[in-house]
Amino acid sequence: MKPNESTQPASAVAQQQDERLQEVSFWKKALSRPELGALAGTVLVLAFFIVAASGTGMFTPAGIVNFLEVAAQLGIIATAAALLMIGGEFDLSIGSMIGLAGILIAIPAVEYGWPLWAAILLAFSCAALVGWINGNLVNKTGLPSFIVTLGFLFILRGLAIGISRLLTGRTQVGGVHDHIPGDWFAALFSGEVATGLFAWMASQGWIATNFANNPVVTGIPVSIVWWLALTAVATWVLLCTPYGNWIFASGGDKNAARNSGVPVQRVKISLFMFTAFSATVFACLQVMDTGSADTIRGMLKELEAIIAVVIGGALLTGGYGSAIGAALGALIFGMVQMGIFYTGVNTDWFQVFLGVMLLVAVLFNNYMRKKAMEAK
Amino acid sequence: MYNLQKCQYGTNIPIRHARTHLPHNDNHEDLTMARLSQWLLASTSAVALVAGTAQAQDTAQTQEGNRFVMVTHGVPSDPFWSVVKNGAEEAAEVVGAELEYRAPSSFDMAKMQQLVDAAVASNPDGLIVSFTDEDALGGVVQRAADNGIPVISINSGGDVAQNYGTRLHIGQSEYEAGKQAAERMQEMGVEKGLCVNHEQGNQGLDQRCDGFLEGFDGNAEQLATTYDPTSIRNAIVAYLNENSDVRGILTLGALAAEPMLQAMREQGATDMFTLGTFDLSPGILESLEQGGLDFAIDQQQYLQGYLPVMFLDQYVKNGLLPAGNVATGPGFVTQENAAQVIELSEQGIR
Repeated sequence: MKPNESTQPASAVAQQQDERLQEVSFWKKALSRPELGALAGTVLVLAFFIVAASGTGMFTPAGIVNFLEVAAQLGIIATAAALLMIGGEFDLSIGSMIGLAGILIAIPAVEYGWPLWAAILLAFSCAALVGWINGNLVNKTGLPSFIVTLGFLFILRGLAIGISRLLTGRTQVGGVHDHIPGDWFAALFSGEVATGLFAWMASQGWIATNFANNPVVTGIPVSIVWWLALTAVATWVLLCTPYGNWIFASGGDKNAARNSGVPVQRVKISLFMFTAFSATVFACLQVMDTGSADTIRGMLKELEAIIAVVIGGALLTGGYGSAIGAALGALIFGMVQMGIFYTGVNTDWFQVFLGVMLLVAVLFNNYMRKKAMEAK
Repeated sequence: MYNLQKCQYGTNIPIRHARTHLPHNDNHEDLTMARLSQWLLASTSAVALVAGTAQAQDTAQTQEGNRFVMVTHGVPSDPFWSVVKNGAEEAAEVVGAELEYRAPSSFDMAKMQQLVDAAVASNPDGLIVSFTDEDALGGVVQRAADNGIPVISINSGGDVAQNYGTRLHIGQSEYEAGKQAAERMQEMGVEKGLCVNHEQGNQGLDQRCDGFLEGFDGNAEQLATTYDPTSIRNAIVAYLNENSDVRGILTLGALAAEPMLQAMREQGATDMFTLGTFDLSPGILESLEQGGLDFAIDQQQYLQGYLPVMFLDQYVKNGLLPAGNVATGPGFVTQENAAQVIELSEQGIR
């Protein structure tokens, strides 16, 4: 914070305080938080769709759950990617980890009759190992994590294809749905919560019916719960624990952090393990949801996660960002990705639309942040 | 047997085969036999063994057998091409010809060009080529024709291959297949259709959608999605909520068919819609049998292997050749013949 250069104290209160402390209003403080720019972007995108998709089903309960589910899945990996990026590193292997984790869950369960919980634990163990290797390679070799994890992007994707073709002769493994009932661990990743509440709301006539005459929303998909929970935990860790400070310090200035006693290497290894963990959570949710695993799952998700984190106000250089911002970034991405189906735009232009909306959101978010910084 | 399989799988498998503008788009969508492909590989090798012995006997008895070379772009581990190869080998056995099957270890047109080059240099009695890339293959195929080697193109390139001296094309017109899907849906009472394209820019998939839209006289729309299953499913639900008059949905591969079927199951709306897809997979065959899915379009690739060998043999022996291209697809698989297809896929024929 800049020292107050004004020779005349603004108020009597300020006089009593340390003269070097400047009184900052709540709003200015709020506006300089990284996620506030993202919030502005979210409001902008929301406003756009309220106008462009007015009269459509986008903001009915069904439409909201529809885009929230897409946002939630991205948000789960974006949260971990945000922590890692704040810690100064990238993980490009997330998308491939999703594909591999799905295969590691589906093949033991479907082909070898493992209980689903054991298969899920296998996937999580392998993910932890991959994260550990990623972190150690980055630490030991001093190579940019961009390069190390780029290597793992190919290695993990290739492993997913190689393993599944070797063991099953195909790249898509179905039939997981049959194994879910009765598995307590799988239940954590499948189904919907608050179904009773929604059934009651439908019986009260508060929820409309859809094209197939069903209540449009039967519950909140469990992926949304995971998303909110992970975002909350990550935010708490970042803001309220010493470990959170270590993450900021590691990403801000590695040497300074190390000199002041932060275990930088351990922090980074644990962050890589967390991104691999979140990719596996993503894979679990998707495998339980679709009932199948496919080696192609998760392709380009690593880039989408980085986009969400950047929209969320994190710096690509590390040391600055937030988990809530990443969640908002994922929300923007989900809204834009699903929103086009409500606007009636010819979907040939899908990717142009997606790219333009994302750029506008980031530019607006940057503009807002700059304004906020100037005001200070 | 297990070791052999290991060797086959050990070859380069392209990370994203479908990206490569393959009309049949097989890596994910054409997993005709999927779970059975292990068996298939074994059976292929068994056939190869039998063919090998038969061939040895042949050469001892007659020196007359023609030698044909087949070069395709299908990587060795690809189940789609195992079926093509099965067809070709069985035909070669029937006519007593010697068949050499060659394919690059990864989807690479430069490698394939070298293979065709080598095949032409070996001066076979006939050449069979999947004509995937006009620029890479046109020159060498023309040279084969100039040297008096009869060439038949299969699977892809039906529209351009004959500019380079090929005699005949055997395959499926993607555009025509999409159009027939639309006509079939209209016969089933659909007035407005939807084509779910999970990979816009893939030439083969785009042609399927174009044909479908044309078949509906514009009374259908294309829905572009990513290949993420959750996005596909939610996009379909969102679209149907906005467009309640759509009653027919076509997906372009198993990758998108399964999320579509899931959306229908979850909404309990399977009976409200006429559902069709390209390509077969275990899940698709099961849905067909149970009546959830109304039809699946299959290009009967067994014939893409079997017929060119037969035709070339007739041409070399008797100068006979069909006068026009042969369409092996679209073949429609429905509830009525699903059981038979499942059985044939176990034998490596579908």
